[in-house]
Amino acid sequence: MLKIDRRLVAHFDWPLLLALVLLLGAGLVTVLSATHTNEHLISSLFLRQLIWACVAVVAMGIVLLFDYNMLKRWGWLCYVVSLVLLLAVPFWGLKVAGARRWLSLFGVSFQPSELAKLAAIVMLASFLHHRVSERLLDWKTAMFALLLAVIPALLILKQPDLGTAVVVLSVALAMVFAAGLSVWWVVGAVLAAFPLLPYVWHQLKPYQQRRLLMFLDPEQDPLGHGYHVIQAKIAIGSGMWTGKGLFHGTQYRLNFLPEQHTDFIFAVFAEEWGFVGACVLLALYLFLLYRCWIAITRARDAFGLLLGFGITSMIFMQVLINMLMAAGALPVVGVTLPFLSYGGSSLLVCTIGVGLLLNISMRRFMF
Amino acid sequence: MAWASLKQREAPNLLRRRVGWSFMLFTLLFAPIVARLWYLQVLRGEEMRLLAENNRVRLHRVQATRGTVVDRYGRVVIDSRPSFDAVFVPEDAGDLSLTIENLASVLGVSSAELRHLVERRGTRPFQEVLVKRDLSFEEVAAIETHQWDLPGVSLQITPRRSYPHGPLLAHLTGYVGEVGPEELQRDSSYRMGDMVGKIGLERAWESFLRGTDGGQQVEVDSLGRRLKVLREVAEVPGHTVRLTIDLDLQQAAHRALGERDGSVVAIDARNGEILAMVSHPSFDPNWFARGIRPQEWRALVSDRSRPLMNRAIQGVYPPGSTFKFIVAAAALEEGVINPFTTVFCPGGLSFGNRYFRCWRKGGHGRVNVHEALVQSCDTFFYQVAQRLGVDVIAVYARKFGLGLPTGIALEHERSGTIPDTAWKQRRFRQPWYAGETLSVAIGQGYVTATPLQMANAIAMMATGRRFRPRFVLQVESPEGDVVQREDAEEIARLELRPTTLKQIRDALHDVVATERGTGKKARLRGVAVAGKTGTSQVVKLGKERSKTTRLPRHHRDHAWFVAYAPADDPEIAVAAIVEHADGGGGQVAAPLVRELLQEYFALKEEREKRSYAQN
Repeated sequence: MLKIDRRLVAHFDWPLLLALVLLLGAGLVTVLSATHTNEHLISSLFLRQLIWACVAVVAMGIVLLFDYNMLKRWGWLCYVVSLVLLLAVPFWGLKVAGARRWLSLFGVSFQPSELAKLAAIVMLASFLHHRVSERLLDWKTAMFALLLAVIPALLILKQPDLGTAVVVLSVALAMVFAAGLSVWWVVGAVLAAFPLLPYVWHQLKPYQQRRLLMFLDPEQDPLGHGYHVIQAKIAIGSGMWTGKGLFHGTQYRLNFLPEQHTDFIFAVFAEEWGFVGACVLLALYLFLLYRCWIAITRARDAFGLLLGFGITSMIFMQVLINMLMAAGALPVVGVTLPFLSYGGSSLLVCTIGVGLLLNISMRRFMF
Repeated sequence: MAWASLKQREAPNLLRRRVGWSFMLFTLLFAPIVARLWYLQVLRGEEMRLLAENNRVRLHRVQATRGTVVDRYGRVVIDSRPSFDAVFVPEDAGDLSLTIENLASVLGVSSAELRHLVERRGTRPFQEVLVKRDLSFEEVAAIETHQWDLPGVSLQITPRRSYPHGPLLAHLTGYVGEVGPEELQRDSSYRMGDMVGKIGLERAWESFLRGTDGGQQVEVDSLGRRLKVLREVAEVPGHTVRLTIDLDLQQAAHRALGERDGSVVAIDARNGEILAMVSHPSFDPNWFARGIRPQEWRALVSDRSRPLMNRAIQGVYPPGSTFKFIVAAAALEEGVINPFTTVFCPGGLSFGNRYFRCWRKGGHGRVNVHEALVQSCDTFFYQVAQRLGVDVIAVYARKFGLGLPTGIALEHERSGTIPDTAWKQRRFRQPWYAGETLSVAIGQGYVTATPLQMANAIAMMATGRRFRPRFVLQVESPEGDVVQREDAEEIARLELRPTTLKQIRDALHDVVATERGTGKKARLRGVAVAGKTGTSQVVKLGKERSKTTRLPRHHRDHAWFVAYAPADDPEIAVAAIVEHADGGGGQVAAPLVRELLQEYFALKEEREKRSYAQN
């Protein structure tokens, strides 16, 4: 069953793989630059990221061997396992900077919330794929589908990890919308969300509240996050047209950000490569988006389409939120930049996601 | 392929259409990113580049000044004074090793030491390294004049804690010291090198004294020199803590005790305010505030007289005969004696196969409870104790707060011991022996108490009420508004018959007022004092109580005196103990208390005169 059919190779989406490889390469170089010091070019952080990248590529290869249609049957299992892991976080999680987000297994720490994003997408796709039709979804199905996403989102919010929770919810909304949620329902849900805002506000940790307030009025916290955001803006801006060149960024060395190699890596990239480089990076992401679109529109079955769409939405919502946040146009919520940010779990999940898209693309004629 | 046979469902057009819309939306959303980048990198790029390269914006913390501590009349007890620290940002140094050499010669420290400091600091670049605290005037001048040879070095004014009275109140105030790793973990608002309250008042009132640090966004030039302050959050100085202590009385108590080891506690009997609390020997908290040197620390902890111990709350001593007023109260209240019950004292009492001596070899003759207290007859209390039993004595002792923590807001207070049969069973797994009750009756044996407990107990005898002892009156903001008031907190009332109270109080009065009384040396002109002497044995001695002066010092008895005054309208209660004294309580401790009370009433009169003159 694992024999590689000649047709599979023939239908392999090489451009999509190329886009992935280029982005992974850009990510590694930027992490290298963001973590190097005068004494040591290669930091332990970079080495870890390199190992994670290799692991991610191998995992993607394994994903390619199996037919994605298997997930129809086993999607619920992924989902349950991810929920169990999320529930384990408050008890056995590692506490880093006031948040419990990591679990450690055999000495390797990872974030169950990243895994939960993918699991929720698989679950939603397998739940929705035989319920879609030419007509709009009935409200019970739509509500249940959204509930499937709300459960992990709440657990993630509690960690606290506002960014990932937001991504899970918006991806779920996008998928249910694609599956035929009435547009009025979307409008209604947005309106209904407003009265819930005060509740959500109280659920947030003080530092998250500060970040949001700070976005509305940066002068309020000139010594804390306001300072970081201002410095991130200066970093991006000082890149000008062509940037300062690789390893020649200066701003990040001021440690203006606690997370210059994770959530704010785009600031480092934009400082070193300038407007031109940032546009090339954006173009690369757009190319990836285009290939994803090709991959899923070629899929004939509803499951492949929904799954691929979910994964693509996840990647692009993160790209949008992360870049706008780094450029000071959105409040600071912790969302990684896919393929670029330091962090094994995020890298692994995004790469496996692209692996699934490749899988969908190459098995498009396998009915 | 098995799962390929799963029914595939053709994607409906609705789904395809909506996915298409979504992708269009995603693509469009890239536009604001490009616009934002254009704005930052192209339109404002020059400006940002200038900000990034020529000038640097740094965060600079402005440490809050710690709150002052004043006595009840507003006189300074703890203060903060400005001091200069040398700080160094290695990134600004240019030639790092040259600058370190220069700095070392200016400050007179070894360059290896400085290099170690620079290497030891965290990984955060541009973080200031504290090179030397509290520079002398010469060092400040040297750094100022050699500024050009010392790029990256700057002076920073930080408030430093100062204890102008040194050892006088050290046990109460405690001291500050550099923040430790656990405190850093517990409270993220502390930074490495901060000074925090480590013990005593400084620790207990930390949250009020601390204040809130401010900060500045500072623009610096390429040499790290400050150009201007861009934004600023002002520091909020800590609150002022007003003590119940009267500094004059504290000094008087300190003088009265002199160089002898021991403790003196004076409280306001009407509300539990501590007016003076002396423990000798003491230490200088300034040592800790400036960073204690290892040899100083070793000297403090290895000193056999234990200067770090606050004897007022941690010294547990057998109360000796001062305990008798409690036994007498128990006996009268329980009805085992009446005021006319007499006991013949031939100079001791045979009990079992032991002879229990009275302190007066020749005996007191026939005495009732009044005379037994006035002359402190041991034999009378041996008799009474047998009738009461140890468990009843223990109940009464606890009514007076003995064997229980007083609840003073200081750490490591000790409760002393009030033994009873259950306690002995628990502690030694042995039954209580009747002979031991006799020792308890005269405040010996297992009975121990702290000076503060004894002051509290005699205050309760005086007023019938017992309060939680307090040493803070109120917390005030730097502007002088009262932030928090520490009100009197009554813990217990003495439920005794008025006749019992009167009997005991009369006797305590006569202890001082009569020529027979053991406490006559506490007598004061114009004010009636009531009190009780005590001479507590440190070691069990042979047949006879020897002249104390012939014994080695650490075998000599402790001298106690507890008192309140005025006897008819009690205001102040005092407990004093002199360890290993040259004489008994009446000889050594009573005159000491007299000196303190005299000062108290003199000060009171003076204050009344002054306020009369003002009005």
